[in-house]
Amino acid sequence: MDPESQRNIKRIAETEGLSKDQIIVVLGASDIEGAEISAETVTFGDPSYTGPLAGVPLGLPVYHILEPGLRQFIPGPVYEEHLGIWTTAADTEEIGRRFKAIRERVRSHL
Amino acid sequence: MENWMRGKSAIVIGERDGVQGPSIAQCVEAAGGKVVYAVTQCFV
Repeated sequence: MDPESQRNIKRIAETEGLSKDQIIVVLGASDIEGAEISAETVTFGDPSYTGPLAGVPLGLPVYHILEPGLRQFIPGPVYEEHLGIWTTAADTEEIGRRFKAIRERVRSHL
Repeated sequence: MENWMRGKSAIVIGERDGVQGPSIAQCVEAAGGKVVYAVTQCFV
């Protein structure tokens, strides 16, 4: 994740008076490994140790927009317009499994 | 199931070659969330 995004996320998480219960991070990366690196950055800290989130475990709840668990809350026409094409191109079930595992890891370690 | 996204402040990180930030933001807001930051990353 680029340093500017890390800086902005750190500021929002630490200075805008929002608790972890109020904030979620929603990702949209198409390759799941890249998405997992971004997820790790906003939970356990920047794994490359180069950006503002290096050594900063924000522990934010992180989701992928294509997770099946989120779809139920997005009105059908909006989902179709913005995400419909991805339901055939991406393995949404696998994305859901991986992100659920990340959130469980965060809950048990932070 | 209760809509737990309603009222949440969302940090949106899209990707140019994936789902882009504005599309994610539209979906989050349609689900009742509030987008506080949105970006589309580009890895080239």
